Amino acid sequence: MSENIYRPYLMRIAHIVDEAPGIKTFRLTFQDEEAGARFRFKAGQFGLYSVFGQGESTFCIASSPTRSGYLECTFRTMGRVTTALADCDVGDIIGFRGPYGNTFPIETWEGKSILFIAGGIALPPLRCVIWNVLDLRERFKDVSIIYGARSVADLVYKHELEEWHARGDVRVITTVDPGGETPDWSGEIGFVPTVVEQIAPSSADTVALVCGPPIMIKFTLPVLEKLRFAKNMTYTTLENRMKCGIGKCGRCNVGKVFVCKDGPVFTLEELEELPEEY
Amino acid sequence: MTGLQDAARDLLQSGEAAVVIGFGGGSAGGARPLMVRDPTSVGDLIFDDRCVHNLAVYLLKPEVKSLGKPAIVGTQAVLRSILQLASEQQVKDRDVIALIPEADGGVRRLETLGEIEGAVSKPDAVLSPEEQNCLDEIASLSREERWRFWQEEFSRCLKCYACRAACPMCYCSQCIVEVNQPQWIPVPAHPLGNMGWHLVRAMHLAGRCVNCGECARACPVDIPLNLLNQVIEKEVAEQFGGKAGLSATASYALSTFTTDDKDTFIR
Amino acid sequence: MIEQKRMSTTSLEALFQRYKTAGWWILAPRAEGDITTFGEVDSPGDVAAGLIQTTLSPKSAVLPIWEELFRFRRGESGIEVVEAAESSVPTIIFGLRPCDARAFAALDAVFTWDSQDEPYLARRNKVAFVSIACNQADDYCFCTSTGGGPGDTAGSDLLLTGVGDEYLVEVVTERGVELAGIAGELFGPAEGMDKAAHLASVPVRFDLDRLRQVLPKTFDREELWIDQSLRCLGCGACAYVCPTCVCFDIQDEATRHGGARVRCWDSCGFSLFTLHTSGHNPREVQSHRWRQRVMHKFAYMPERLQVLGCVGCGRCSRACPVDMNLAEHLAVIAESGE
Ligand SMILES: Cc1cc2nc3c(=O)[nH]c(=O)nc-3n(C[C@H](O)[C@H](O)[C@H](O)COP(=O)(O)OP(=O)(O)OC[C@H]3O[C@@H](n4cnc5c(N)ncnc54)[C@H](O)[C@@H]3O)c2cc1C
Ligand code: SF4
Ligand code: SF4
Ligand code: SF4
Ligand code: SF4
Ligand code: FES
Repeated sequence: MSENIYRPYLMRIAHIVDEAPGIKTFRLTFQDEEAGARFRFKAGQFGLYSVFGQGESTFCIASSPTRSGYLECTFRTMGRVTTALADCDVGDIIGFRGPYGNTFPIETWEGKSILFIAGGIALPPLRCVIWNVLDLRERFKDVSIIYGARSVADLVYKHELEEWHARGDVRVITTVDPGGETPDWSGEIGFVPTVVEQIAPSSADTVALVCGPPIMIKFTLPVLEKLRFAKNMTYTTLENRMKCGIGKCGRCNVGKVFVCKDGPVFTLEELEELPEEY
Repeated sequence: MTGLQDAARDLLQSGEAAVVIGFGGGSAGGARPLMVRDPTSVGDLIFDDRCVHNLAVYLLKPEVKSLGKPAIVGTQAVLRSILQLASEQQVKDRDVIALIPEADGGVRRLETLGEIEGAVSKPDAVLSPEEQNCLDEIASLSREERWRFWQEEFSRCLKCYACRAACPMCYCSQCIVEVNQPQWIPVPAHPLGNMGWHLVRAMHLAGRCVNCGECARACPVDIPLNLLNQVIEKEVAEQFGGKAGLSATASYALSTFTTDDKDTFIR
Repeated sequence: MIEQKRMSTTSLEALFQRYKTAGWWILAPRAEGDITTFGEVDSPGDVAAGLIQTTLSPKSAVLPIWEELFRFRRGESGIEVVEAAESSVPTIIFGLRPCDARAFAALDAVFTWDSQDEPYLARRNKVAFVSIACNQADDYCFCTSTGGGPGDTAGSDLLLTGVGDEYLVEVVTERGVELAGIAGELFGPAEGMDKAAHLASVPVRFDLDRLRQVLPKTFDREELWIDQSLRCLGCGACAYVCPTCVCFDIQDEATRHGGARVRCWDSCGFSLFTLHTSGHNPREVQSHRWRQRVMHKFAYMPERLQVLGCVGCGRCSRACPVDMNLAEHLAVIAESGE
């Protein structure tokens, strides 16, 4: 008999980072080490994280597949499950099932430049790809990251932003919304779409990845179009409410496309084919 | 019927109403709710004894509200619902025009809540003989037997919430069964989940139910929910006086108190 | 080639006893007050007679209204996940209609595309279908518009058609051969039995090919969907009585020392179904939810899973508190042009 697909792995919370108000990152290790050693995933995939007795919640896997032995997720406290997760401590056991969904086709990007654009709490899905690309840095040309949040306090992965900045082989631009800056803020001030327009990154042989709140995506995509980024080389991810994550519970679909199976990663070209149901 | 159709056409043509909520012919020789927005379609409106739905439920549906001012074909249940909704500040004076089909084929048009108050009859109960029998039977049961009776009835519940969706008084934008912090009512349709849902439902309608019977009619598994409400209504009427749906300005029995209330706990 | 046999209606009693002795549970239509549901029966006498269609479908035999996916316990050594002990017994669903028998193909498709849904399959693999062809239909039936029919054999293991005081027995599948074999002596040769003469006539309500052509192009026709759905109340009645609706919710139920992860029926008609925690709702109004219901069954499932999500049993339309008649709406769409 095959496995019960709803049975989660038991994961130990190995490390917790308070990223920003209401946002935490968990590092999770497999309680069953053998299962952990067998576990494989690719950049872009997500999973269902659960607090036993409270329920399941969907987050992307925020760590890179090039780093094995653990998983990381970054989540914002929203409702029942995320509140329960936020109350967890190092050492607690939570559930994880996955990986689910499609992936960013990183293999096909070798030799190209890569531009990451993220807003707010949407850096986690890209962080996975960023580390994946940086761990294989020599295979790609220029790598740039444009990341914005409402205020300095709301920026997630602050240490990593510094680390990426310090490497010298990545161009990192951080920005906060007007009024969100602190006196010693040295980054940009302005909304992500505006900053992208000002910086006008080159689209030559460049893959663009855009993740963020719907409003940010809505205004950033036209800018990229103006800068002549190819629609089939511009990627984003969709979030629809999910329960099963495996194409059965019937709630995540956008038209005939199931975000949990056919997504969450879509090219701009694919996105334009979808009906407005996300 | 033509009186109703003429009145509907006038309202739509003059722009006094953007939609007429009425009845049309339905499947298998029945009637169904019908929204008429186009004056040329008023010929689809019917009114006869097949027309039983409590149309007032549509007055608060966002999709219908967004159309503009409604006129509604007013059965007694609809009028009582409008008054009850008005007393709960959900419907304001002149928000809705009621069209009352008369026996002679004519139509009475009620524009204000005051006119509607004047048009509701004040029946003790509006139960069919079968329902009355069932009610008498329930009344004759012991407390334990009654509990078992309802437990048995609720065990069939699917939690499809058709009863809630069809009830004009169930308009909360977030029903307590949808609150999950904390999860007051278990989601699954198991005995505990069903009992939780039905206790909450009955209590939240106590003193507000206008006894239209729509919940029971809507229920796909024939749970006589309106009878439960009816028992509670009687109780509320005896303990606190008053009846839902007779006045646009009545205060709610369970949220007001007077010095002659029977219970002393609040004094 | 489907083998045909005959059996006297009076042999049903013996057939039931034989199946029970062989370890099968029998579920069949049973009257519960004014409604009918599939429940365990002992003998043919328990089976509700003269039915056109049951109020609730036999779906719950494989997808219960709620079920535990697994339990968990909090112990000294942390959390322990405990699989539900295998509890389902071999079950014959008796007396279901041909439309219902076909419905299981739609459920199977959802639960086996890509990944195998073990909790579902554990039950599904133990169910056999002994259907009874329809000799009467009502205004709501539209099996013939969805590729089925009152004497359709697809999905059944055995199909019985009442012919006078006998049944024409069609042995449709391998499992059917087994089921017929258990009680071989009750069956005789079927020469001279005219099945067609004993079937209900169910008029075709819409042209399925035409519908399938038109429907995918109607997504943005807001006015069409509003027109159809203005009276829809957004409840779960249509989905919960439907033999092919699978949409479900996953919830945790906690006790002090453990609990269970539970799957329960859900419906795309509820506004909550797609509501994000942030408050954003991709299907904000009822017309979009109604569109999803129609599209899912008649556009998305055929395209993604090669199976129609509706068998035309008519239950949704019988159960709908405001008489949303699916066949009627589909006919309007099919005839609405592109
Ligand atoms: C592909 C994908 C990736 C995502 N990645 C991230 C990420 O990396 N980080 C992040 O912070 N967020 C992410 N999200 C969003 C995240 O899933 C939601 O914010 C989160 O699920 C909210 O869960 P909650 O338990 O706190 O909310 P709640 O609203 O309390 O929901 C709890 C659970 O119950 C359900 N539910 C809620 N109310 C009810 C009710 N009344 N009845 C029945 N069920 C109910 C919900 O669907 C949920 O499964 C992602 C979403 C998707 C789809
Ligand atoms: S009878 Fe039922 S539907 Fe009518 S007001 Fe009372 S509770 Fe609501
Ligand atoms: S309509 Fe009937 S089955 Fe549905 S939730 Fe109400 S009582 Fe339960
Ligand atoms: S959609 Fe309606 S007619 Fe079709 S299978 Fe479901 S209940 Fe039957
Ligand atoms: S179609 Fe009918 S049964 Fe289905 S959600 Fe709408 S009102 Fe409820
Ligand atoms: S999350 Fe269940 S189908 Fe996509």
